[in-house]
Amino acid sequence: MIREHEDVIIQTVCRIFIPFMQVYGLYVLAHGHGSPGGGFQGGCIFAASFILMSIVYDLNEVKRRFTEKLSVFFFSLGVFIFAGMGWLCLFLGGNFLDYGVLSKILPVDPVMARYYGIAAIEVGIQITVMAVMVSIFLDLLTGGLHEKDAEEGHVRGNTQ
Amino acid sequence: MKRLLGIAIAIAALIVLLYGAEDLPPWADPGQPASLHVSPRYIERAVGETGVPNMVTAVLTDYRGYDTLFETAVIFTAGIAVLMLLRRPIL
Repeated sequence: MIREHEDVIIQTVCRIFIPFMQVYGLYVLAHGHGSPGGGFQGGCIFAASFILMSIVYDLNEVKRRFTEKLSVFFFSLGVFIFAGMGWLCLFLGGNFLDYGVLSKILPVDPVMARYYGIAAIEVGIQITVMAVMVSIFLDLLTGGLHEKDAEEGHVRGNTQ
Repeated sequence: MKRLLGIAIAIAALIVLLYGAEDLPPWADPGQPASLHVSPRYIERAVGETGVPNMVTAVLTDYRGYDTLFETAVIFTAGIAVLMLLRRPIL
C-alpha cells in the first residue's frame, strides 16, 4: 500500500500537468487520422494521467472513484462501441465493419462515412485501453484491497 | 558431454538458419514478395477509399478491422482476468 505523499512541489507540478496529459491523450486520439496515434496510444496516455494522479496523490482516492464496477463498465463500453459499429454496418446492409454503408444514416458520402466510422471505433479502443490500463495498475498495486479492508484486518493471508 | 551436445545442436541450427537466410530478399528491397502482394493496393487506394490521410490508421481499423476488434477484445480479457485474480476477497 502506498503511503500518502506530502511533497508540495510534485503535487503542484502534477496538478498543472495532469489536465494537459489528458488533453494530449484526446489530441492523439483525434489526430490518429492524420498523424501517428489512435485509440491504443491515446488510451495509454490518458491512463498515464490517472496513474500519475494515484502515485502523486492518494491512491485510495483514485481507487474509490475508479471503482471495479466503473472499470468493468468502461471495458465493456469500448468493446461494445467497436463491435456495435460492426453490427450497425451489418444491419444497414453492408459487411461487418464495412463503414461505407454508414452513409445511409449520416449526411455524408461513403468515403467520409468510412472516415467517421474509423473515428468512432477509435473512441471505443481508447475507452477500453484507458480503463484496462488504470484498472490493472490499481489492482496490481493494491492486490485488489481497499483501504477499508486493510483497516479491518482483511488483508490476504491475515484472514484466519 | 551433455553440454557439448547442446553446443553442437546450437551450431547445427545456426548453420541451417544461415543457409536459409541466404534466400531471404535483401533488406528494404521494393521488389520483395511481401511488398508486392497487398501493399501497392493500400498505398495507391487507402486514402481515396477511406478519406483517412494516415495509411496506418486506414489499414489498422478498416482493412484489418477484425484484427483490431479482437486486439481490443484481448485487452478487455486481460483487464477482466487481472480483475478476477486480484479483486478484493469476498468475505
